[in-house]
Amino acid sequence: MPITTVFTAEIKKISILDEHANFDEKLGDGLIPNEDLLKLYEAMVACRHLDEVAFRLQRSGRMGTYPQNMGQEATSLGAAYVLRKDDWMVTCYRENCGLFWRGVPMEAILLHWMGDERGNAMPKPHWVTPIYVPLGTQMLHAAGLTLAAKYRGIDRIACTFFGDGAASEGDFHEACNFASNLEIPVVFVCQNNFWAISTPSKINSAAPTFAQRGISYGMPCVQVDGNDIFATVYAMKQAMEYTRKHGKPYFIEMVTYRLADHTTADDAKRYREDAEVESWRRKDPIIRLNAHLKNLRIWDDDKEVALKEKVALDIAAAVARAENITPPERTDAFDNMYAETPADLALQRDTRHTHSLGQDPSQLPIEAQERAAQMDAAAFAAHAAH
Amino acid sequence: MHLPFDEWERGARLTAIMSNPMFREPLSIAGAHREIEFRDAVREAMSEEMRRDKRVYLLGEEVAQYDGAYKVSKGMLAEFGAARVIDTPISESGFAGMAIGSAMLGLRPIVEFMSWSFSLVAADPILNNAPKMLYMSGGQFGCPIVFRGNDGAGGQLASTHSWSVEGLFSNVPGVKIVIPSTPADAKGLLKTAIRDDDPVFFLESERLLSMKGHVPEGEYLIPFGHAAIRRVGKDCTLCSWGRPVHFCMEAAEILAKEGIDCEVIDLRTIRPLDLPTVVASVRKTNVAVVVDQSWSFASPGSELAAQIHKHCFDELDNFVHRVHSDDVPTPYAAGLEQEYLPNVRKICEAVRSATYRA
Ligand SMILES: Cc1ncc(C[n+]2csc(CCOP(=O)(O)OP(=O)(O)O)c2C)c(N)n1
Ligand SMILES: [Mg+2]
Repeated sequence: MPITTVFTAEIKKISILDEHANFDEKLGDGLIPNEDLLKLYEAMVACRHLDEVAFRLQRSGRMGTYPQNMGQEATSLGAAYVLRKDDWMVTCYRENCGLFWRGVPMEAILLHWMGDERGNAMPKPHWVTPIYVPLGTQMLHAAGLTLAAKYRGIDRIACTFFGDGAASEGDFHEACNFASNLEIPVVFVCQNNFWAISTPSKINSAAPTFAQRGISYGMPCVQVDGNDIFATVYAMKQAMEYTRKHGKPYFIEMVTYRLADHTTADDAKRYREDAEVESWRRKDPIIRLNAHLKNLRIWDDDKEVALKEKVALDIAAAVARAENITPPERTDAFDNMYAETPADLALQRDTRHTHSLGQDPSQLPIEAQERAAQMDAAAFAAHAAH
Repeated sequence: MHLPFDEWERGARLTAIMSNPMFREPLSIAGAHREIEFRDAVREAMSEEMRRDKRVYLLGEEVAQYDGAYKVSKGMLAEFGAARVIDTPISESGFAGMAIGSAMLGLRPIVEFMSWSFSLVAADPILNNAPKMLYMSGGQFGCPIVFRGNDGAGGQLASTHSWSVEGLFSNVPGVKIVIPSTPADAKGLLKTAIRDDDPVFFLESERLLSMKGHVPEGEYLIPFGHAAIRRVGKDCTLCSWGRPVHFCMEAAEILAKEGIDCEVIDLRTIRPLDLPTVVASVRKTNVAVVVDQSWSFASPGSELAAQIHKHCFDELDNFVHRVHSDDVPTPYAAGLEQEYLPNVRKICEAVRSATYRA
């Protein structure tokens, strides 16, 4: 028998608006209407400003650890722009721009990182999930959410985000494998920002792309310039069309770069070269979109100043709302433990006893319970005699 | 199959069931005598619940085509179809996590682990997500899931396959843990578990699956947190759950011949734990022995013993004795496995010692 080729593959990369603001008319024309383009730009600027504000809040002790999104705004935003309002966006922790686009209020995100549980109660109609920190978890939830939609006959897909680091977790494999084999329409978006804290992406993958990982699950896969809002929108449109039509998953690698530290608890200078960071500063998604808008003559420096003023006011108001929230009650930690708070937990909450289960001997409903158990005993005895 | 949204989202209100006096009735033993196997009782519970509630579905390795590794789901694929009885890839973390996602959109999955020992590779979804999803989402996403499978030493399966996970998992707030010892309890408790709005860990025993017992026909539910007194006695209270309850019953017969009259309490659920029944019994017998097949250190057995000490401090004639598995991995050799478990010999010795008849 001769040797035959049983499979070949190639990975395409999509780039429309490059770092020098060169625009590919063929792919990009008509992709995003100008009025939307302006809104997308404003969204990125607002998200960037929030990063700066959050950083200052953290440095002045008014916020806990915060993961900055700087440089990666176009990834989640492109996806959120394309997704239907009732599709799921199942994110990790660096997708603020997309979450805000879907209507998640800034104060929810601020509250979360300020360490207030109430920041997790993301309003339901936005079809987003709480911020997940255990890496990988959310990909499985995305598969499950979409499985449930399919089960219930609801036309709803999910788009899940994860980093180049999280792509090494077992959950990544399990979620991709499930979604492919059980035909679940999930768009997997790997945000390759080249770093997982201080772990370079080459330690997370020896292959030339992350995109090609999708091949082994039989998914269509593509790599895009993740700092190019046109490219992320273009790829996401194709992915959404495919997943909706075929009810199967799709894989996108968005190549981007984390311009800031991993979180406010990190100092990236200790492990990466300034030159590398500088080269990526020039590829900033906001800078190139700004240039493009100016090329289109729909943006100018006056508008920029006005926008920055408005954004600063909005964010200051969001910060005020987050900071002025009444502090939680001492007993609030007991809420939402179970669908209905069990009696022993309620007692622990009400008495604030710290000893085991919080039960006070005098408060146990011993007699009623014993009578019932005795009835069981009698019934079993009767049955045993059967 | 497309129901309006809130019909899918509405939880089964357990309080409504609990406040129904019928719920607290002991099993309606009055009905015609019917003996079925433990595995059949588990299947009946799942099938009945799947008939009454479209949101309930079963997933796991080999549960559909192959009828389940232990034939628990036999015939369910034929009745409910492939959309509701789902054969998954071999990936515990995968299907446990996916089940959580589906529960977030209103479904009520039953997840079968071939063995709870294999749930250890799914620790993140079952311990770090499910029990705190409600909490971490500010009350938005509940997790009405039943995780079920075989727990404990199954008979020469060696240590990696013989975990009693209740020792580990009962430490986690947010879960409910059910460990039935009879077919009738398995059915009634599993039905309650499926209707529960929180994650429930349902621990079966491979050694009990073929056990036959009377299971009433038709609908009945057994509430969580209600122990059953399996044997009434006045000298010593033996507390246990799951398979070791049977060892306790055997030990009680032997001890009765020696003049020690044991009361055997089957806790049935360890989260919640029915302390009132235990306390009432110990206040009567003044002696307590706790039998738990997990390891002794920081176990459900140590918790129960601590509670008894607290609540019966003045009534106890002796410290609470505890019988556990030995502090070694489950041995492979048949004789050693028996020796390792909280067996009849160990229980008898503990009771004799606790009652000063040693
Ligand atoms: C399961 C797990 N392991 C380790 C961590 C600690 N950790 C938090 S973020 C991070 C790096 C993640 O990198 P990546 O997935 O590339 O996302 P990025 O932060 O670059 O956006 C690590 C190791 C964690 N949160 N969860
Ligand atoms: Mg990364």
